[in-house]
Amino acid sequence: MNLVQSIDHVALLPAYLAAATALLAFLVDLIVPGRPIPVLAAAAVGTAATGVAAWVIGAGPDRATFCIGGGTLPGEIAVERSCSFSADGTGAVIAVVLCGLTLLVLALSVPAVSGPTGIPAGEYCFLLAASLTGGVVLGYARDLITLLVALETLTLPLYVLTGLRRRSLASAEGAVTFLVVSVVSTAVTLMGVALLYALTGAVHLDRLAVALEARDDLRQIPLTAVAAVMVVAGLAFKIAAVPFHAWAPTAYDGAPLPVAAYLSTASKLGGVVAILLVVIGGLWPWLNVTGPVLAGVAVLTMTVGNLVALQQRRMVRLLAWSSVAQAGYLIAPLGAFATAAGREDPRTAVAATVAYTIFFVLLEVAAFGAVIAARGAADGGWLTDYRGIARRHPWVATVLVLALAGLAGLPPGLAGLFAKITVIRALLVNQAGWLAVIVALNAVIGLVYYLRVGVLLFQRAPDQATATVGASTTGDATPAPAPGAGEAPTPARPAPAGQAPWRSRAVGSDAVAWPVGAALAAITLVGVGVGFAPQTVLDAAGTALAFLS
Amino acid sequence: MTVGQVLLVGAVALPAVGALAVAGMPARLDRAARILGTVIAGAVLAVTAGLALGERTWFAYLDGSPVVRPWHEVDVVWAESLDLAFHLGVDGISWPLVALTALLTLLCCLYSLWTVPAPGRGRLLVALLLAIECGILGVFLSLDLVLFFVFFEVVLLPMYAVIAVWGGLDRRHAAVKFVLYTLAGSVLLVVGIFTVVAAAGTSDLVVLSTQAGAGISHGTQVAAFVLLALAFAVKSPLWPLHTWLPDAHTEAPTVGSVILAGVLLKMGTYGLIRVAVGTVPDGARQLAPVLGVLAVAAILVGSLVCLAQTELKRLIAYSSVGHMGFVLLGIATLSATGLQAALIGNIAHGVITGLLFFLAGAIKDRAHTGVLTSLGGLRDTSPLLAGLLGYAAIASLGLPGLAGFWGEAFAVYAAIDRGGALWTTAGVLAAVGGALTAAYLLRLLRTVTHGPAAPAVTGLPRVTTVELITWAPLVVLALLLGVVPGIVLDTTIAPVNALIEAVAP
Repeated sequence: MNLVQSIDHVALLPAYLAAATALLAFLVDLIVPGRPIPVLAAAAVGTAATGVAAWVIGAGPDRATFCIGGGTLPGEIAVERSCSFSADGTGAVIAVVLCGLTLLVLALSVPAVSGPTGIPAGEYCFLLAASLTGGVVLGYARDLITLLVALETLTLPLYVLTGLRRRSLASAEGAVTFLVVSVVSTAVTLMGVALLYALTGAVHLDRLAVALEARDDLRQIPLTAVAAVMVVAGLAFKIAAVPFHAWAPTAYDGAPLPVAAYLSTASKLGGVVAILLVVIGGLWPWLNVTGPVLAGVAVLTMTVGNLVALQQRRMVRLLAWSSVAQAGYLIAPLGAFATAAGREDPRTAVAATVAYTIFFVLLEVAAFGAVIAARGAADGGWLTDYRGIARRHPWVATVLVLALAGLAGLPPGLAGLFAKITVIRALLVNQAGWLAVIVALNAVIGLVYYLRVGVLLFQRAPDQATATVGASTTGDATPAPAPGAGEAPTPARPAPAGQAPWRSRAVGSDAVAWPVGAALAAITLVGVGVGFAPQTVLDAAGTALAFLS
Repeated sequence: MTVGQVLLVGAVALPAVGALAVAGMPARLDRAARILGTVIAGAVLAVTAGLALGERTWFAYLDGSPVVRPWHEVDVVWAESLDLAFHLGVDGISWPLVALTALLTLLCCLYSLWTVPAPGRGRLLVALLLAIECGILGVFLSLDLVLFFVFFEVVLLPMYAVIAVWGGLDRRHAAVKFVLYTLAGSVLLVVGIFTVVAAAGTSDLVVLSTQAGAGISHGTQVAAFVLLALAFAVKSPLWPLHTWLPDAHTEAPTVGSVILAGVLLKMGTYGLIRVAVGTVPDGARQLAPVLGVLAVAAILVGSLVCLAQTELKRLIAYSSVGHMGFVLLGIATLSATGLQAALIGNIAHGVITGLLFFLAGAIKDRAHTGVLTSLGGLRDTSPLLAGLLGYAAIASLGLPGLAGFWGEAFAVYAAIDRGGALWTTAGVLAAVGGALTAAYLLRLLRTVTHGPAAPAVTGLPRVTTVELITWAPLVVLALLLGVVPGIVLDTTIAPVNALIEAVAP
């Protein structure tokens, strides 16, 4: 047995580049201290290089590294060579999408890191790039341990990033909630993984599948089902699926806006990838157990997410709850595995989940981009703060309307419509009509709150004097209504008990920073583009199925 | 590309591009933008008229040939993984509706040149009208189920905005009700469509109609038809799913009501014929009696409610429920006569109700009230308006010689011709409903035209030339369709026969 492994460094290149980006950001901050733009630019260059490398390597022949030779698993199961790191289509698609999202988030971070009270750019970019490294590795990971380490590398920097808003209790509260919940969820997943290893003696996803399929004795032990459900439950935390969702609204609302954008897109994509790799790639012989769990979680998630989103009064909380609901749509195609007919060919459902995820992250980042363009360095604010945006920033309002309509699954942007069609088609092809009807009815509930926000943008804004009353940054928890003001939207809403004083300011009083504008334009172009050419996204989703072969 | 293909693509692309161009014009060029929009709407009408030219292949309905034989056709793969093809085509069933859509949109744009309801910004209203036109034309021209759905959804938010921004006092509530009801309908539509597509393995309407449900199990057909029929019943609307309609029609601005009643509702009945009946005929045959009973209920309920209405626009809105009941009854009979009645009923209702809403808008704008009792004596103070209203009401109640007659009479005839206790009863009750229709429209006329002049209708501004130009095509068409129904029926007869042979052998 050869104990010295030969490592394919080309396959690892995207991971190296992502890690180097993190270091580069620190280095640039050291050379030009106190100037955020060069740091952001360096991080952007590194991220772009990572994406290009992932693309080029993905286009070439499949590579794999960290492999072990064939052998025999407990239960006399012969297995072939397995690799922990596989540079195939799955990893490439995930890495390219993640790099694209990170680039956008970096551009959207300009207001947050600028100014004397801004977030320190060096730390910020380092943490973001470190998280990206985890995400990139995650797409390539083909054993449970690599996968979990990658997932934690993706998540860990986000606790700190969430807490980076200075002098904000909400930010700290969000970070702590996120940390505690996430640690518990990781422990649950790890427990499940340990049980699986104890039962099968395998950590590689392909070996796990072979062992679970071949060994009938494992079907007799309830522990196997427990292990499978624990893994699914733990990973469901990462995408904020009900009942493991409670951290999301607090964390999103507390985090700086660009971090919230990253949390609800890149981090969610990571969670989806982890679920697909483990549940479909590794545990597919047990889909009869995990399928109903996924179906139940999907139904609960979309319904609860939509119903609670109806009652939200703060912008980011509304987006957070909507993204909880969207997580339900994300895993809904996998719910088709609840029935035997749906398990015949997993490819349609998995492709639909990946395609919907890509459509969703695009629309979500567009929505956050528009919010950042309207709010600058401030927090997301109350919904009423967005009155009259259409008059002051018609283009920002247009992008927000396109994004929200897309999230509701409606034209004029076609991306959201095709996303909805993708999910419903996959469910009906896999004979899960009942789930398709539930998804469809949820789309109706969802429209109510998306519409509410859309309408606000076009309402007449209250006069400036009223709107700026709540501009005090710290101090009184509930700003008093302006004396004599007939309508004082911001202060009239009491902050929920026990929450920090919200910084509030008149929306859109400054011009939109150009990187934010450029990012917004880029997202819009891409969004409108994939609306006209949905096949590109669906082809990418098809490429991402490589892990199934 | 042939000329026909260019025209087909132009019919959906032109309004879409026009909507963007008009909306993108700056506020100070508001009037120029509206003129641009009207010119584009005119160009679209010319394009749709051009679609009728060329080889029509009426005689080509032979055994084994496709049930849908488009005059012109474009078929390009759009997104293979979604079964989506950019497949447009026009035939005898769709062309009259296409032309009606283009005509009504042009008239509405023309009307908006001079009259923009509060809060102004007429260019956005015109842009939305063009966006709606794009969606409606796309629905009528689609020969691919998924594409049909895409265009079906395009209409939703622009129409919401038209009602919510330019509507009456209770516009927000009406608009939200409209959008949620119709979205609920359209999400059922997408489920129904993919039930069919997943079972048949194709989304091509030509293939699906020709197969006439072959290869799809009876249970699946029934399930698919229930979903599709529910979706289209919300849009049409069919009692008891109609409750969004009176609010939306009443609160919408004049042009919004005209488009809503004139062509938007037809997306439902057209879809029922082409998509629901055409692709899952087994399901249609199974559920036709239910559809028929509900249609008769709609006729009776609509008429009775109208008898009790006190507001002009609301009365016209409710009358749509009854009239669309006749159309749906015609479809439910699944006979060539019934479908012909439905198709001409569609066109007649579009023309007459379009005219009625224009007139109601004109009266309400002048008298600042729509309460019928306040409009007494209109004949004395504004004989032209009262006369036109009388003409439209008489056309609406189905007087022979005017457009409304053919659809209602032949729907009743088709039901009785179908035979059996159920259909005979349905036919008789529908005829009673027809009499009630006459009753409420005559009641409307009596209130409005007789008695002493109420204060609200004294000193009304004169009817302008622009208004007359806008109304004239509808006035002429209402008479023309009544005297020469062949202009619609001769176009529809061949494809209807082919469809009926396939679905009800």
